[in-house]
Amino acid sequence: MLSENKLKMSSSPHIREKITSGNIMLMVVIALLPASGFGIYNFGLPALIMLISTTLSAVLTEYIYEKLMHKKITINDFSAVVTGLLIGLNMPPTAPWWMGALGSVFGILVVKQLFGGLGQNFMNPALAARCFLLISFTGQMTSFVYDGMTGPTPLAMLKNGEVVDSMKMLIGTIPGTIGETSVVAIIIGAVFLILMGVIDLRIPGTYIATFIIFIGIFGHFQNPDVGFFDPQYITAHLCGGGLMLGAWFMATDYVTSPITKKGQLVYGVLLGILTGLFRLFGGSAEGVSYAIIIGNLFVPLIERVTLPKPFGKGGEK
Amino acid sequence: MNTCLERLYNGIVKENPTFVLMLGMCPTLAVTTSAINGLGMGLSTTAVLVLSNMLISMLRKIIPDSLRIPAFIVIVASFVTIVDFLLEGFIPSLYAALGLYIPLIVVNCIILGRAESYASKNPVLPSVFDGLGMGLGFTIGLTSIGMLRELIGSGKLFDHQLIPVADMASGQSGYVPVTIFILAPGAFLVLAGLVALQNRVKRMAARKGKKTAEPVSCGENCASCAGCSGSIFPVENKEKEEK
Repeated sequence: MLSENKLKMSSSPHIREKITSGNIMLMVVIALLPASGFGIYNFGLPALIMLISTTLSAVLTEYIYEKLMHKKITINDFSAVVTGLLIGLNMPPTAPWWMGALGSVFGILVVKQLFGGLGQNFMNPALAARCFLLISFTGQMTSFVYDGMTGPTPLAMLKNGEVVDSMKMLIGTIPGTIGETSVVAIIIGAVFLILMGVIDLRIPGTYIATFIIFIGIFGHFQNPDVGFFDPQYITAHLCGGGLMLGAWFMATDYVTSPITKKGQLVYGVLLGILTGLFRLFGGSAEGVSYAIIIGNLFVPLIERVTLPKPFGKGGEK
Repeated sequence: MNTCLERLYNGIVKENPTFVLMLGMCPTLAVTTSAINGLGMGLSTTAVLVLSNMLISMLRKIIPDSLRIPAFIVIVASFVTIVDFLLEGFIPSLYAALGLYIPLIVVNCIILGRAESYASKNPVLPSVFDGLGMGLGFTIGLTSIGMLRELIGSGKLFDHQLIPVADMASGQSGYVPVTIFILAPGAFLVLAGLVALQNRVKRMAARKGKKTAEPVSCGENCASCAGCSGSIFPVENKEKEEK
């Protein structure tokens, strides 16, 4: 082994980095474990069944498709696991397990594989699957049962001008989808990803900052009882719903976010504005999934505009 | 008579406007929310197509070349207006469902395309059968898309409840309709699926050595497409060359 590494005879570029997509995806899976664990603790057995169902069907779909199409089997790079797990975390625990499985099949087959597999999909497969399910089964996807009671999510309560308990939202003992309720668990995963260098603060940071500014200003117009930059209102919007899960785990998806540094900032601002627009002035209480999906579609444009100029090519126009 | 049968086969299978030529996508995607709507739209278009092809073929020596497009439009628009009124008078439910898309048949590219590429150059009888073939091909395309969307999206077929649907309120189990299929995205998904399926069938048939539809002029290889140089209908071009 050692002697092999001493002298390499090949033309450049020489890649010395040990990181592979499999490593990165595995780290994302590890980072999602706290949120998954809390979801199972919070909602019990149905949540566990849902997570297993979505993850398993995502991996199986990828395997069967690649087998049938005589392509290289890529299930051991964990990308299908991440997609399946994210779909599961985006499902309400009361939805039947087959619904999540259907979402996984759609996300992997239609959104990812038909466009060419990992690295080629133009939008986040997990979010596309969630939107597919949200449009198809609006009733089941937006009914949240917690402690045996059907209750509105904090966001729905906010939309109706009610007061919510921010502390509960921070810990996560509120109705919602399996993975979105606990801000603490999500932040633990996000900090792990940042420390490992998998994601950086650019996209989530600008996303959340823009969202705070937008909500701080326009929250007042939408509901006059809320003052400008009301801290209670802003915390509730940050911790309720899927913003945290979306900002840290889905907006940062390598494939569907810009690669240029300036582009990432533009992308984050765009997502923040869109999410704010959908939440405050849209028809439903939640808007993160649609905001990120629409943001995904703008990524090629953003990259084109923000492509850095090579040295010496600046002057001419 | 042989040309007439060839025209029918050409319109329904070889150059099916929905699945092969990909023409008239606007009504295809918009009105196929149910099998009945698809069938109604297809038959209305067929009626207009046959009649306008007939009249344009009759007048092909009178219409001056430089004014042919406005002349075609006037003829097509007259027939569309007739169909519009007939539908409003006799099948008001279908008229309400199809709405704006009936008047829009005027600008349907299948009709103008057939007028331009076939009816204006060929005798009356083959033109009528060309219109009929294309119209039936369109009808089959729309109806099959409509049937699939209706079945998956609501468990019905031709407005007849085929699969019992689950009821959340009373706890009755059954099929849970995938509503997205009767909404706009479903049209794209079903159309793409059916096109893929018919490409597959054709490829299988070709492998077995059967002679099937010739690929469209560009060789169907869209990656290397440099834009068709005006020859969307290769058969007509061949015929022209023979002459």
